[in-house]
Amino acid sequence: MEIPYTVEARPDTGLYNAKAGIWLFLASEVMLFGALFSTYILLRVGAAEGFWPHGWLNIPIGTVNTLVLITSSITTVMAWASLKMNQFSKFKFYHACTICLALTFVGIKSYEYHDKFVHYEIILKDGKIADGHLVSKTADKVTISGHYVEDRKELFDLKAPGATHHEHKEITISRADIKKMENYGPWHNTYLAIYFTLTGLHALHVIGGAIVIGFLWGPGAKLWKTDPERFTNRIEISGLFWHFVDLVWIFLFPVLYLL
Amino acid sequence: MSDHSADHFSEHIRRYLYVFYALLFGTLITVGASYIRFGNHAVNIGVALFIAICKATLVACYFMHLISERKMIYFIMAFTAFFFAGLMFLTLWSFGDPPWNTVTH
Repeated sequence: MEIPYTVEARPDTGLYNAKAGIWLFLASEVMLFGALFSTYILLRVGAAEGFWPHGWLNIPIGTVNTLVLITSSITTVMAWASLKMNQFSKFKFYHACTICLALTFVGIKSYEYHDKFVHYEIILKDGKIADGHLVSKTADKVTISGHYVEDRKELFDLKAPGATHHEHKEITISRADIKKMENYGPWHNTYLAIYFTLTGLHALHVIGGAIVIGFLWGPGAKLWKTDPERFTNRIEISGLFWHFVDLVWIFLFPVLYLL
Repeated sequence: MSDHSADHFSEHIRRYLYVFYALLFGTLITVGASYIRFGNHAVNIGVALFIAICKATLVACYFMHLISERKMIYFIMAFTAFFFAGLMFLTLWSFGDPPWNTVTH
């Protein structure tokens, strides 16, 4: 049985079916991310004075990742335009770039996640707090590259005008002196919980989009020989999804990294 | 496809490149603005969100072709915008009832 309206527009909508479908799907995605953004606003506004983190994420790395995603958006639209101009080899080139950029984005994001998972806050029995990146861990002692603080509040707003910039040095702490030790995973506080939720969901979209684009670049590209218009429409649909992923990141970057 | 089609798309490609440059510029402006202290943090938030909205509009209008789409898509987007705005207003209204004002016995 032939699937109807894969190329020609359906009379009542004026669109081929996949296009109407992807826009309905994107509408649901807007609500999904919208709900998480509203959660972020509520958590941030509800945070106690001085306890919402600032400067916890690496801005240069986040900026590079933003530029990577924007560049992948232009290569995606160029891939589609190449097909419209009947230039299949150019399409292959541009979409290969898109896939590489998607992998770069995920790679950079993984590095950022790893950085958080090896970053520890250690509360000592004498009330002092050690904060830094894990160097080594044994059964009886822990070594981090970091610093001590007297008040936990000092760890939150690292961008405040009066924020203390601590020298990082290697600190070795006996396990017997540790009251609590926790890394900067999503369980650490509400900021990291919403950070991992938002960026994790976004990263899943990047990975999902990259798999689809990878399929259309590889085995799925055979359709170009038999039904080029239908193939071009598939590229348009995957492109719309990809641009939406870029669009979400345009808001995530300033909200999580800069503000 | 015809040469006419190629000419037509080369014009589009020029437009995509302008949008791309604008997005790169917008990103750098966003980062730069975050280092400027406008006196009130709310102004910083407003500036960053304004730039983000401009960038998102460019992506939606040109890369996603919303600037010249069918009525059906505008119809879907209008519904989405309505419910998204409703969601955000619900969030704003909740500020009138913050947890620290809640009396518990």
